[in-house]
Order: sequence, then C-alpha cells, then structure tokens
Amino acid sequence: MPQEVLLSVKDLRTEFFSSKTSSVTAIHNITFDIYKGEILGLVGESGCGKSVTSLSIMQLLKDTPGKVTNGSAVLDGVDLVKADDAQIRDIRGGKMSMIFQEPMSALNPSMRIDKQMVETICLHRDMTKEQALAHAADMLKKVGIPDPPRVLKNYPHQLSGGMSQRVMIAMALSNDPKLLIADEPTTALDVTIQAQILDLMKKIQKEENSSILLITHDLGVVAEMCTRVIVMYAGKIVEEAPVETLFANPSHPYTQGLIASVPKLGSGVKVLPSIPGSVPDLSSMPTGCRFAPRCKYATDKCREKEPELVNIGENQKCRCWLKQEG
Amino acid sequence: MSNTQNEQVNTNPSFEENYIDENVSVQTNKTKEFIKKFMKRKTAVVAFAIMCFLLLIAVVGPSIAPYPADAYDYDNILAGPSARHWFGTDQFGRDIFSRILAGAPLTLGVSLSSVIVGAALGTVLGLLAGYYGGWLEMLVMRGADVLFSFPDILLAIAIVALLGPGIINVFIAVAVFTVPSFARIMRSATLTVKNSLYVEVARSLGCKDGRILFVHIFPGTLQSLIVNFTMRIGSAIMAASSLSFLGFGANVTDPEWGAMLSQSRSYLNTAPHMVYLPGLVIFITVLAFNLFGDGLRDTLDPKIK
Amino acid sequence: MGRYIARRLLETIPLMFVISIFVFMFIHLLPGDPARTLAGVEATPEEIEAVREEFGLNDPLIVQYVDYIVGLFHGDMGRSLKSNIPVSELIWSRFQFTIQLVFAGLIWAPFLGIFIGVMCAIKRGTWADLGGMLLAICGLSAPGFWLGLMGIQFFSVKLGALPSAGLDSWKSLVLPSLVMGTGIMATLARYSRSSMLETLREDYVRTARAKGQKESIVMFRHAFKNSLIQVVTILGLQIGGLLSGSVITETIFSIPGMGRLLVDSIAYRDYPAIQGLLMIFALQYVLINLVVDVLYGVINPKIRFD
Repeated sequence: MPQEVLLSVKDLRTEFFSSKTSSVTAIHNITFDIYKGEILGLVGESGCGKSVTSLSIMQLLKDTPGKVTNGSAVLDGVDLVKADDAQIRDIRGGKMSMIFQEPMSALNPSMRIDKQMVETICLHRDMTKEQALAHAADMLKKVGIPDPPRVLKNYPHQLSGGMSQRVMIAMALSNDPKLLIADEPTTALDVTIQAQILDLMKKIQKEENSSILLITHDLGVVAEMCTRVIVMYAGKIVEEAPVETLFANPSHPYTQGLIASVPKLGSGVKVLPSIPGSVPDLSSMPTGCRFAPRCKYATDKCREKEPELVNIGENQKCRCWLKQEG
Repeated sequence: MSNTQNEQVNTNPSFEENYIDENVSVQTNKTKEFIKKFMKRKTAVVAFAIMCFLLLIAVVGPSIAPYPADAYDYDNILAGPSARHWFGTDQFGRDIFSRILAGAPLTLGVSLSSVIVGAALGTVLGLLAGYYGGWLEMLVMRGADVLFSFPDILLAIAIVALLGPGIINVFIAVAVFTVPSFARIMRSATLTVKNSLYVEVARSLGCKDGRILFVHIFPGTLQSLIVNFTMRIGSAIMAASSLSFLGFGANVTDPEWGAMLSQSRSYLNTAPHMVYLPGLVIFITVLAFNLFGDGLRDTLDPKIK
Repeated sequence: MGRYIARRLLETIPLMFVISIFVFMFIHLLPGDPARTLAGVEATPEEIEAVREEFGLNDPLIVQYVDYIVGLFHGDMGRSLKSNIPVSELIWSRFQFTIQLVFAGLIWAPFLGIFIGVMCAIKRGTWADLGGMLLAICGLSAPGFWLGLMGIQFFSVKLGALPSAGLDSWKSLVLPSLVMGTGIMATLARYSRSSMLETLREDYVRTARAKGQKESIVMFRHAFKNSLIQVVTILGLQIGGLLSGSVITETIFSIPGMGRLLVDSIAYRDYPAIQGLLMIFALQYVLINLVVDVLYGVINPKIRFD
C-alpha cells in the first residue's frame, strides 16, 4: 500500500559556525520521509543530531550558531528551507507544531496560560479572543486536564511538569497541525506521567490522523509508540526500518548495540551490555564509517571508506559494509 | 556522564589521590587554555597592556618625569599643551604631565593597596561565614548589609568624615567599602562549592576544616574572586579620586589626579586643558581595568557574557 | 503578595536598627570627648558642660541611644553646630534640590540604558553591539566630576548655552542630569544586555517562535518582559548610586543639596549634621530598595502568587 508523503526531507545538512569560515557539521545530508498518519521515531545517543534535525525542520536555529546549508524539507509542497519568514511563521504553530523536552521552561513564566494559548490560536485562526479562549479550554479538556478554567488562569510555575507538558501539547495541537514534532517529550517527567503523556499523544494522533515525529533516546518509548524508526549516529542516518523489523532484526551494529543495552524483564543478566566509547566529536570525525572505532565487527575497509545508506530488505535501509557485501 | 563519575566515586578507594593528581593536570591545562582564550579577546589584551604600562609608570614614573612635580615655571602659567609642556601647565606653571607621572604611584598605590586589603578581609569573612554559617554568618552578612546601605562613595565619605581627611584615611575608607562586596560574593561562592561533591568527599575522608576551607573550597571560588577584584580596582580609583576631588583625600598641593581636577575648577575659562588631560588619564586608567575585568570574566565564565 | 510586602517591611526593621546604632555610635567612635566634639573646637569648658547636659552625655550609653531614637521619631536630630538651626530643618531645606537631581537622572538614564542593552543583545556580535557596549563601558569608567567639568567648560564657558551653577531653570538641570545619569545608564545597558541574552536562550522564546509568532513580538512580549524582571533587581542599587552621585554633582554645580551639605558639614566638623545626614541617606537607600523589591514582586508572578 503506497503511503502518502507528508514531509520529505532530502539531503538536509546543518552546520554550526564558530566563526564565518570554520564550522562543524551537526547533521550530514540526511534524507527521510514522514508519511501521513504515522509516528516516526528518531533515535540515537545525545549529540547525534536528533534535536538539530527537528530544529532544522522547524527553522528554529535562529539564535544558535547553526545554519541549514544544504538540502530541502518539503511539507505540503512548501520547501521549509527556502521559504521566507512570513511563510514559515504561517506554517509553524499551524500545519506543523512542536513540543519540547523541558515543559516547565518551555512556557513563558510571566504570562498566564490563557494568554499563551490564545496567542497561538489567534495567530493561525480567524477567531475572536472569546472564541479562542473557549477553544483553548476545549483543547485543555482534550488533553485530560480536569479543570481547564482554573489552569487557564494559572502561571506556569503553578503547574506540575506533567501538567505543563499537557498544556504544551494542547497548545501545539490547538491549530490541528498535520505534523507534530515531539523532541524528547517525556524525558524530563516522572515515569508514571511519562506513560500518561505518551498514551495521550497516541490517542490524539489516532483521532486526528496526524503525523508525529518522535525524537527520543528511549527504545522502550519507540517500541510502544512508533510505526517506523530512524536510527541516527554522529549526524547521519545509519538505519531505517519499520518498528517490528528493527527490534526483530536490527541490521546495523549500532542498532544492535542499542537494543542489547535495553534491560529486559526477567532476562537474568547481571551486567547490561553497553557500547564501548562515546559519540565522536563533531570536529574530529573518523574517516570511513563513523561508528567503526566503537564497532566490534569493524574491518580495515570500514575504517577507510564510508558505506552508503542502502536498501537491504523491504522498507529497511542500513549504512554498513557488512550488510552490503551480503 | 554523571553516572560514570558517580561510579568512580563509589568504587575507587584512593579517590582523593586520584582526584588531586587529576586536578593538578587539569589545572595546568586550564591555565594554558585560559591564556589561549584570553588572547583572542583583543580589547582585553590591549587593556591588559595599558594596565601593565600604567603600573610601570606608577613605579618608574616620578623618575622619568621631565620636570619635578612642584617646579614652578612662572613664565608659563596656565599655558596650554606645547612642545615644552606636553600637557600644559597649571596656575603655578607646574608641568601637568610631570605631575600626572608623579601622581601615578599615589592614585594607583592607594587604590590598589586598599582593594587588596579590603578584598583579603572580605574574602576571609565571606569564606568563614559561608562555611560555618550560624551566628558568624548572620553577623558578617548584617554588617555587609549595613555597609551596603551607604551607597558607593557615600560610605567612603562617611568614613572620611569619621577619620578626617587625608590620604591614609582615604585608603582605609576605600578598603572598608571594598569589604562587603567580597564578603557577599565569597559567601555565596563558598555555599555553592561547599555542597559540591568533591568537598563532601573530602569531608567524608576526614579532612580538617582548615584544610577543606583553603585547599578545597578556596580554589573553587577563585574565579569569582579574581573577576571581582579586577572590577573593584576601577571603582576604587574612581572613589579615591572622587574623595580627593571633594577635598577629603590628598593635600591640594599633592599631584593626586582627583585633587588636580579639583584645582582646575577655578580656571575653566582660561585653562581647559587642566580639566581635559588629568581627567582623561583617570578615565583611561579606569577603562583599562574595567575592560580587563570584562575580558577576564568572559574568558573564565563565557556563560555570563 | 501582601505577605511578601509585609515580610520585606519586617526585614528592614532590624536593618534600620543596626544602622541607627552605627550612626549613633559614630559620635562615640571619634577620638576624644564627644561633648567637646559636639560643642566645637573653640568651645569654652562651660559650653562643653552645657552640651554634655543637653545631650545627656552623662547618662549610660543605652539611655542615650534610646533618647536618640525617640528623638529621631519626633524628627529631632539635634542642632547644627555651624548654623545653630535644627538639623532636621537644615536637611529638609536641602532635600528638594537633591530630589530634583535624582529625578533629573532617573528621567532618562534607566530607559536609555535598558534600550541600548536590549538592542545590543538583539544585534549581538554586530558593530552596533560593539558600539553600544563600548559606550557603556566608557560611561562606567568616566569619573562624574570630569564629565561635569568638561560639560561646564564646553556648554557654559565655550558655547554659553547652559548655566554652569545653581538650580533655577530646566536649563540648569541639563548638565547635572547628564552627570547623574551616565553611570546608571552605562550599568543598566550592560546588565540588561546580559539579561536579555540569557532570556533569548530560554526555551519559551523558542516556543514563541514555534508558535509562528512575529520576531518583533517574540522579542518584546516574550524575551524583553522576562529579562526586565532581572534588571529591576539591580535598579535599587543604582538609585543608591544616584544618591551618592549627588554629592559630586552638587559640588561641581554649586547646588545647595544634601550632598553639598554633607561635604560642608564634614569640612566644618558639624557632627550633628553629619550624623543626621548619614541617617537620612541610609534611610532613603533602604526605602528605595524596599520599593524596588515590591516592584519586583509586582512584575514577577512567581512572587506575586506565592
């Protein structure tokens, strides 16, 4: 069944400039699609470029030294990279919205919730303040907040972390976005709240048939939420697969390592296996495969020449010499 | 990251040794890195050069001055800048350039030494207050509050009012008004460091208070100390010259920079150079110390900027 | 909020108490006999004895202190040695000039300072930023008396455009206002720049952009308003700086304010006047900081609602 593409990212490259001439590449020509009605997971260790990817798509790199220097990200026929400010503003918070890792600091501390929500709604919908306020209350109810009128009158510091994230989600969804980008939406929350928030996101995604790009380092979250997964390592995509395939048959050694290091209930293993070493520094990438220094299967070839991301099965792509030679 | 560090602490029995060794090598690396980073800030480097130059002047200035500070030249009274008198002369025909050179040890000496004394006192008080807490902390902090309720040079004026005018009293006044800022900064810095992991480790290993204070806590507060120190020198020069300008500091006949400006008031019509040039010297001196302080702060703690 | 104000008010009481002890002890800290000090240098033994009687200097210190405080509450700060009029009247007659100067500084400097600082933060790394910050550090490093004298030399002596002394028209306020305000302008410019830069890195600024909000509104409504909360905290210190700046300004421009009175009293060793002035300066400063703290509570919802 051919799926309809919502967002098509092609050869996207983002560099961080320390001066006019010197830069490091945070994400290196990545290409992927997000289909309508799917939850796509983007996983990897911290520093692999997951968040930069989302900020690059949202064009939120202002006030950072980062800049998209190549490629495109086409949403509904509009290339976000080339779009002008007015176009981008129209899309941000409208067709495409985002929630962040730290809900407590993502809300403006000196504005009441009602003002912040009405602001979002009025930017994209032709509503009066009263209508917008009513819509905001509806949205809060939808995300499971028991007493919307009270919460609307609150300041962010009066809300708990879980509440704040619900408000963020309500705000992000208030203009019926086609794509929701969630950057580690539950990392900062308690475990019980995490599950609630994830359930909520899943439920709303089903109701609205919208798409979610879920950025996380937590494979448990991926298994529970996602339809497809992209694994990133050091600024590049190393594997892409449907979620069942990925867990049943991880093909890249890095993915294998990630999955092996997730604790399993009742497995009886005392010490969890871990991937030795850490993500290489962006300014001193190894030649050849970027994962080679940490890979136990690495050969001379791996260290000399970098493999391409190629199809290795149905819907599965992998960037590894071992898989390409068969 | 933090997890692995925790593990190390828990499993490694000779932690302190390792920590200290590591610390030393980290320290030298840090110094190198600091100098490298600092050199990139061009304004701060220039300011540093000017600062060194001024300090040099304060040492050798009087001996290289073209004229003695109190040599009268009655043929050239209130004369503007010329080849003979670079900065012009004052109402007695004294060479202003020579007087500025001769006054450098006075102005800079008083400011620097009073900041050193005030900083030392404030640092010790702040360290002890932060570390021991209790009544000592309350006493020191209330005292600082009181001193702070007399804004800036008003406190110095009050002290001079108490002790009477004179350069020694200016030194005491500026030292006293330097104390509270150091006491406050050091107390809060001490509180932060006191609760950090490495101090707790040192304490659990049975270190004595004195050793913890000066070997473990003091170095951790050094950054704030250095930055505040440089910043305070600028305001000390300002305060000392302001006091002299008001007539509370050096004798009017002394070549102190502020006192020289105070003299110039009567000759605004005829000899504007008496205002512009000595004032410019104070301005450049304070500016150099402030710019250097800024550079230090930005290098040590790029977060603030 | 009410509780916050009440707590801050309560906190000032012990502070004022300690300050009053300091100011009271002032006379006793001076070397020599306080009665002789108070009576003046040329006083006869009879006069000294009269002073001792009048000020109750034979009583125990604690009684003297209580009398002093009771007197303060009745506005009694003793008589000036120089002019023999009550110190409170003397101070009151000078008060209006100092207040005029303080307002003359406050009317432009904080606003210009915050404006420069915020603009520098928004245009960070550009020539405008560099220029603004250079201006600020120069303002911070230029001694007030130098600026004042140069101002007189240029605008009064050379151009004849502005009066060089006194305080009788708005024109005569221009130069003093410049001297009063430069420091506060410079400090606030530096402080609000760093505060704004810090705020610009906050997550909620990114959230505002993610909403699709216009950059100008993101800057003003989301970043600037929050950065102001931090700036207000140092405003109190700065206004205190203005009070001490008035000593210099009044001296340069021959304005008969409280600062000038303090300088004259010190020169004359008029201790009752010095004592009274120090008390008033400290009181003003503490009150200003109280007002600023309340203002801080008003604009910071975290305090307003806790």
